[in-house]
Amino acid sequence: MKLKLRIWRQKDANSKGKLVDYDVDVNSHMSFLEMLDELNEQLVEKGEEPVAFDHDCREGICGTCNLYINGRPHGPVRTTTCQLHMRHFNEGETIVIEPFRAKSFPIVKDLIIDRSSFDRIVQAGGYISVNTGSARDANETLIPKPIADEAFNSAACIACGACVAACKNASAMLFVGAQISKFALLPQGKAERKTRAEKMVAQMDAEGFGACSNIGACSAECPKEISMANIARMNREYFGAKLTSTNL
Amino acid sequence: MKLDSKIPEGPLAEKWNKHKFSVKLVNPANKRKYDIIVVGTGLAGASAAASLAELGYNVEAFTYHDSPRRAHSIAAQGGINAAKNYQNDGDSIYRLFYDTIKGGDYRAREGNVFRLAEVSVNIIDQCVAQGVPFAREYGGLLSNRSFGGAQVSRTFYARGQTGQQLLLGAYSSLSRQVATGKVKMYTRTEVMDIVLVDGQARGVVTRNLITGKIESHAAHAVLLCTGGYGNVFYLSTNALNCNASATWRAHKKGALFANPCFTQIHPTCIPVSGEYQSKLTLMSESLRNDGRVWVPKKGGDTRRAEDIPEAERDYFLERRYPAFGNLVPRDVASRNAKYVCDEGRGVGDTKLAVYLDFADAIRRDGLNVISAKYGNLFEMYEKITGEDPYKTAMRIYPAVHYTMGGLWVDYNLMTTIPGLYALGEANFSDHGANRLGASALMQGLADGYFVIPYTIGDYLAVMPWDKVSTDRPEFREAEASVHGMVNRLLTIKGEKSPNQIHKELGKIIWDYCGMSRNAEGLKDARQRVRSLQDEFWNNLKMVGTGDELNHTLEKASRVADYLELGELMIVDALNRDESCGGHFREEFQTEDGEALRDDANYAYVAAWAYKGAGKDSELHKEDLVFENVKLTQRSYK
Ligand SMILES: Cc1cc2nc3c(=O)[nH]c(=O)nc-3n(C[C@H](O)[C@H](O)[C@H](O)COP(=O)(O)OP(=O)(O)OC[C@H]3O[C@@H](n4cnc5c(N)ncnc54)[C@H](O)[C@@H]3O)c2cc1C
Ligand code: SF4
Ligand code: FES
Repeated sequence: MKLKLRIWRQKDANSKGKLVDYDVDVNSHMSFLEMLDELNEQLVEKGEEPVAFDHDCREGICGTCNLYINGRPHGPVRTTTCQLHMRHFNEGETIVIEPFRAKSFPIVKDLIIDRSSFDRIVQAGGYISVNTGSARDANETLIPKPIADEAFNSAACIACGACVAACKNASAMLFVGAQISKFALLPQGKAERKTRAEKMVAQMDAEGFGACSNIGACSAECPKEISMANIARMNREYFGAKLTSTNL
Repeated sequence: MKLDSKIPEGPLAEKWNKHKFSVKLVNPANKRKYDIIVVGTGLAGASAAASLAELGYNVEAFTYHDSPRRAHSIAAQGGINAAKNYQNDGDSIYRLFYDTIKGGDYRAREGNVFRLAEVSVNIIDQCVAQGVPFAREYGGLLSNRSFGGAQVSRTFYARGQTGQQLLLGAYSSLSRQVATGKVKMYTRTEVMDIVLVDGQARGVVTRNLITGKIESHAAHAVLLCTGGYGNVFYLSTNALNCNASATWRAHKKGALFANPCFTQIHPTCIPVSGEYQSKLTLMSESLRNDGRVWVPKKGGDTRRAEDIPEAERDYFLERRYPAFGNLVPRDVASRNAKYVCDEGRGVGDTKLAVYLDFADAIRRDGLNVISAKYGNLFEMYEKITGEDPYKTAMRIYPAVHYTMGGLWVDYNLMTTIPGLYALGEANFSDHGANRLGASALMQGLADGYFVIPYTIGDYLAVMPWDKVSTDRPEFREAEASVHGMVNRLLTIKGEKSPNQIHKELGKIIWDYCGMSRNAEGLKDARQRVRSLQDEFWNNLKMVGTGDELNHTLEKASRVADYLELGELMIVDALNRDESCGGHFREEFQTEDGEALRDDANYAYVAAWAYKGAGKDSELHKEDLVFENVKLTQRSYK
């Protein structure tokens, strides 16, 4: 199938970028990233710089890939960019490919962004303080299946950042809500719940992510179907902590 | 060189406890005087970095990923083994030990494997304490399943995303130590070389993947937790950026490389669909519990699967192995799929696939039962292939999945370079010639959480606190050689992209050093790899510079190492005149076509020493001593 690609090219963080057009002729069985691989092979052959984009597992689990395709994070299907296939596009179509855009995700080069703000939010409190070797027998803590399942649903977040890219305020509430929820739901996570919520929210604000206006675009575009309930839970945790805070 | 495995004396079950007591300790107040470099933050690296920092050591951790949470460990699906015996079904540390030794076809060390089984139980406790949401029963207890041919249910899992949840657990502990300042985390930073001072590993040279800046870092010890080398094959189930450069460069600095030819091929992957294919996707092994594997009886049959009558189908696994049927071990299932495709009976456009058919299971159990068991896998298959496995048979083919070989390490996980350790898939230690399902996650976390925190003390306790300066000539020389390599790569003005050469290498290794091997093919393959090495250094097409983010350069630097490691895999396969585990030499098989081991001559670890460019590597043997298990020939008839 013949396609026209309009791809964001930007030499580095300090340069100005622009959309550049490329024509490709590809197989409809290819994945979206294989289509870009093919374009890159052709560019290298011509001695031109290939388009830089992030990717790794190509199985939808590492969260590395992140392209903004035709105005939607990860493109037209609710999945990760690496799991998107060319059969979802039509012969002759123009596809616009940009990086996820948010103040807290600065562009590194072409389609590559810096999401280290997510790591710093986790460092602020996204853990249970337990040193190696100090755990008791795993079956001493009974966790009802529905609770374990719910915690898993929150823990399924792959930190791709699509929620931020989908939000007009570039809010990270869905991501942070999922990180807070996965611990808040479990008995092991209860001891530190207040500090955790306060510190993670404070870091989220310090990173410059926007506020949440409850539109739900984040959850609608999330490839792992992280639900809005995570944001509600985060707000409860946070305001609960603030009311009785002994921290911060 | 005499290889000393340092396995402690005494009864199997007491070795590790005795060892923990006899290793030297570093006084708690002195730990902060030691710096440790951890390369890699997958399960092995993140668990090690966090645990060592908790003890008080200063850790510098490196990953080429943009976040530690993206390491390849994140993609592991099925589960993690542990001898908890929560199911009361007869499991024990000894049984896990025995299964692992036998599954590895008697090519692993008893002492190491027993320790692995022993600490497996602590791993689950640790992970649960971190908040890993393992699957649970309604009563709130942990749930288990059986996996990979084991007769007991000892696999802990978190849906089909066990690796993700375990890695997020280790990542959270690591993040906590980053916050305390005990771990300094370097992301998007690739370790390019290991630096030795007076024969000891004292640091690394890194390249910042965004700016291209080349820098040195010094420490008292270096841990390589850099994963396996499955990507030598080009196509594998590994993440695309997994590579062998850190271990290979350590090898060139003097660390022996053990059993490089022991690679694992997984039978149930989605087949290659075209030349453009960039990676292969694993489908859980559990599918073989209900799916039937078959190909048409005659070659060149182009009818759709559902149009081929029963009498014209060959259920080749059920036919050849009536007792185990579709559930034969990974290597046997893979090899047989290859044979029928070699006979021209493969299916699909490429003819390199066999059917995995659920029609009978759906008729027997109903659509709902099958969908409850395999729904998410069927969905994944449909997403990738565009075909609906409820309606038409799946097509599967084997793919490279795991590498048992790796840097040789002793019982303390130290390589043959003092102060250089290897953990996780990067070492060769525990799986022999074949790894059991759900045992890689266990080993990575055992190494990082429970082994290295003890064994590294033994080395550091006698080491002076003085830091070495990165201004020393050893660091300057290593930096210069990295600069030299980058420049050399960038100035080759040829025609082929690094990717193209990698693809060609992968094809050679897959065809001749893959599922089945023979001396003639291996010799031929070695010549071909050598000419490809030549071509690489003369006909490479490069773009961009070294002072910026340059994926073509990163790729080229990794392919340079694959080309050398690929040759060593062939040399190792040629040396081992027997079949065992993942290594099947066609000349050595039983009358029924099964793998034939030669315990009298090959019950050893083949550890290779690098002798310089273009020179043959030197073989060192570590004889394997079996004091507890009796060696038997595997048979699945
Ligand atoms: C699809 C798939 C499914 C699997 N499922 C299972 C399963 O169900 N159960 C099981 O037990 N095992 C499974 N495995 C195997 C298991 O996932 C791996 O063996 C294991 O995760 C390896 O962990 P590791 O920590 O050793 O390495 P990795 O997770 O590969 O981590 C390597 C780390 O090293 C870093 N690194 C490498 N080189 C450099 C360098 N030069 N400079 C800087 N950083 C570097 C990387 O950035 C990364 O952080 C599976 C494997 C695959 C491919
Ligand atoms: S919440 Fe969803 S969209 Fe946001 S980072 Fe996590 S997985 Fe991605
Ligand atoms: S590349 Fe890993 S999620 Fe897309």
